[in-house]
Amino acid sequence: MARLNVNGVLREVDAEPDTPLLWVIREQIGLTGTKYGCGIAQCGACTVHVDGAAVRACSVPLSAIEPGQKIVTIEGLAPGADHPVQQAWAELDVPQCGFCQPGMIMASVALLAQTPRPSDAQIRAEITNICRCGTYNRVLAGIKLAAERGQSG
Amino acid sequence: MRVDRRTARHTLDQPTDRGLRPSRRAWLTGAGLFSLGFHIPFLAPARAAPAAAEPEVNAWVVVKPDDTVVIRIARSEMGQGTLTGLAQLVAEELDCDWARVTTEYPSPGRNLARKRVWGDYSTGGSRGIRESHEYVRKGGAAARAMLVAAAAKGWGVPAETCRTERGVITHVPSGRTTTYGAVAAVAATIEPPKDVVLKDPKDWILAGKPLKRLDTRPKLDGSQVYGIDLTLPGLLNAAIRDCPVTGGSVTSFDAAAVSGMPGVKRVLQIGDSAVVVVADTFWRAKTALDALPVVWDEGPNATVSSATIAETLRAGLDAQEAFIGNTSGDVAGALKGAAKVVEAVYGVPFQNHATMEPMNATAIWTAERCEVWAPTQNGEAALAATAEAAGLPATACEVHKIHLGGGFGRRGATHDWLRQAVLIAKEMPGTPVKLIWTREEDMTHGRYHPVTQCRMRAALDKDGQLTGLHMRISGQSILASVAPQRMVEGRDPVTFQGLNPGGPEAAIGYTIPNILIDHAMRNPHILPGFWRGVNLNPNALYLECFMDELAHAAGQDPLAFRLKLMGHHPKHRAVLQAVADKIGWDQKPPEGVSRGLCQTMGFGSYVAGAAEVSVSESGALKIHRIVAATDPGHAVNPQQIEAQVEGSFVYGLSAALYGACTVKDGRIEQTNFDSYPVMRMEAMPAVETILIPSGGFWGGVGEPTIAVAAPAVLNAVFAATGKRVRHLPLKDTDLRRA
Repeated sequence: MARLNVNGVLREVDAEPDTPLLWVIREQIGLTGTKYGCGIAQCGACTVHVDGAAVRACSVPLSAIEPGQKIVTIEGLAPGADHPVQQAWAELDVPQCGFCQPGMIMASVALLAQTPRPSDAQIRAEITNICRCGTYNRVLAGIKLAAERGQSG
Repeated sequence: MRVDRRTARHTLDQPTDRGLRPSRRAWLTGAGLFSLGFHIPFLAPARAAPAAAEPEVNAWVVVKPDDTVVIRIARSEMGQGTLTGLAQLVAEELDCDWARVTTEYPSPGRNLARKRVWGDYSTGGSRGIRESHEYVRKGGAAARAMLVAAAAKGWGVPAETCRTERGVITHVPSGRTTTYGAVAAVAATIEPPKDVVLKDPKDWILAGKPLKRLDTRPKLDGSQVYGIDLTLPGLLNAAIRDCPVTGGSVTSFDAAAVSGMPGVKRVLQIGDSAVVVVADTFWRAKTALDALPVVWDEGPNATVSSATIAETLRAGLDAQEAFIGNTSGDVAGALKGAAKVVEAVYGVPFQNHATMEPMNATAIWTAERCEVWAPTQNGEAALAATAEAAGLPATACEVHKIHLGGGFGRRGATHDWLRQAVLIAKEMPGTPVKLIWTREEDMTHGRYHPVTQCRMRAALDKDGQLTGLHMRISGQSILASVAPQRMVEGRDPVTFQGLNPGGPEAAIGYTIPNILIDHAMRNPHILPGFWRGVNLNPNALYLECFMDELAHAAGQDPLAFRLKLMGHHPKHRAVLQAVADKIGWDQKPPEGVSRGLCQTMGFGSYVAGAAEVSVSESGALKIHRIVAATDPGHAVNPQQIEAQVEGSFVYGLSAALYGACTVKDGRIEQTNFDSYPVMRMEAMPAVETILIPSGGFWGGVGEPTIAVAAPAVLNAVFAATGKRVRHLPLKDTDLRRA
């Protein structure tokens, strides 16, 4: 049994050590907000936070998670789902199909934690997640809106 | 594991085995049945009536006692916003409180049982709103009339003396009020009105307004359940590998080699060509499948390559026989008498839909009944596919529709993935099985945007006027593969999208005195499908880039050259003029920036695009700005149309700039987003949307704009470099300065 701290809760999981963190989160822990899109860290739909940094969980084996590391998924991002990024997303109606959006949101939150007022160029360089519906311009606007809120609040 | 905060990417320590033992314990621990947010009538009769506490006023409207309004939506939501748009149309006529509106999908089984009361479920061809606006509005209006009649009956007053506003009914003379929720049960018993008068769109208060989507919240916190997320008690998971070459089959596989691996329950063959591992979790199923030794008979197509396909299509360019899509005058004569003949050959490769959510479906089968949970664009077609694969009558089957993680045409016309899930479930009666395709399976077993080439040949007179055009399309027919029953005397009419001589759908926007547009059908073994924008995409590329070539050959401005041919096409002309005005066509572009423009018509709407680009000395393309105009007749939700237009450039430019599925040894070579790159935010231009709803017709918005993305940008690339990109994707062309 491996023990994982996911969204502040200690979970015992029963999986082979080479199982990707993505599938442990989805299948052993049952949190399906973290998505499978490519399995090779290309698309970012599986983005979660490990100790606050954005990580593509499809390419991290369970065995790579050290005791004490804190994993946060979209479900645990903020109580009531009212993180400034989620609020900005709601205000701008960012999602279309929405499948990539948990990953987009997790990547955006991590970016803002590290760069509270990113330039357009920084956002474009750092947010490399794939969206096939084409929400990029609203994602960009959403990050900037959340950044403004963060600054004033 | 170390995390590198600066790059927000991870580095891995050596994996360490913590001595985990595989376990057969069911993994269903967290998100169970009750977290799904919708009721799953597990093997329950399809005909379940609405609960008495939630009376159905009519098929489209349920009003709960607490005044919550449930609007039934037959079309599928896959990101395009049809759920919200259709709800707006019903709510507009119902005159209910928008803040209390929710939606639900009536299941395809219920639709069958109720004699198709919800009509067509097909969600493709941008038809969600344009083909159902009238009957859904009538549904809302009829429900309103019944609610008013119920209140009037209770008060003993004439219905005409009552009015409604946001779900409240007022008896005007007395000032008495009641709510929809209070009278809904009585309303349900009232005879529906024979006919209703719909509002004039100019009086709309909900429709036509940029309302927020109804389905955003669960997409922000991970609670939206997609097909891939479904859980059921006792659910097993399946991974599949179909023969890499279409037309091939399984010779043998060594099940014993993997049947002892962790979690594995069954190792199966499905049909002639696919092997499957069923396990407790998907990851274990996939891991065992990867280790499964399979011997394939790759069949007769194993030597086909992109080069052999291109050769076949090239021969079609000169073929004597071709199906005619549009003809008038004497093209041969015009070419013979031309002052100048201009000729060019264009081509587009296969494209994969690459929905973010890979194909998946969940099925449970018994000898008496089969149920499927599917992210489908067409619930009725999904039900038919279920029945066929299950070997049961449709009345003994049910499909539960789930929001799609992208559709783009892959999940409507062909339900190959759903059939596979049913065939697997059939091998394990009574056990629910969820089939998930890996991205690699998805990339290599698509239903691809068809491959075509096109020879354009035009006659210019001595004044540079276009007097004749022969457009010969050679290549794949979608209908011949997907819907042969829709072929017309061997001809595929969908091939000519955007090139039709006239009419309300996909008509060419130019008057050319002598014209011939024909199709030499050449169908390779790679299976085609409806890919968002369908044949409007290549046709607009061919025609609009070539119009640019003609303008340059005639020494004329590309806008002026077009406008001269558009006198009889005022709607085409209006959108083109709108993008030209907005981008400042008559003024010099900024230093180092070049412009291109184009227009087309399809899916009932008129669209145009203009682009500003620059190309560096080293050949790097930057798209600075896009202007796009749409005339959809009526605009139901302007901000969602804007989102569709923006998204159309991501989809269209992904294909134009990077996308190509190539064939080697009979199989698709690209397997994931590393070899099939798509547009990311870094390359995304600003998009300015112009909405010109001229009224009087209903056009779609999910697809048409995709077709103008490539020609607008490629015409601008020519203006920047003098290089004419005639074969997609653009990445294969060296744009460096000569």
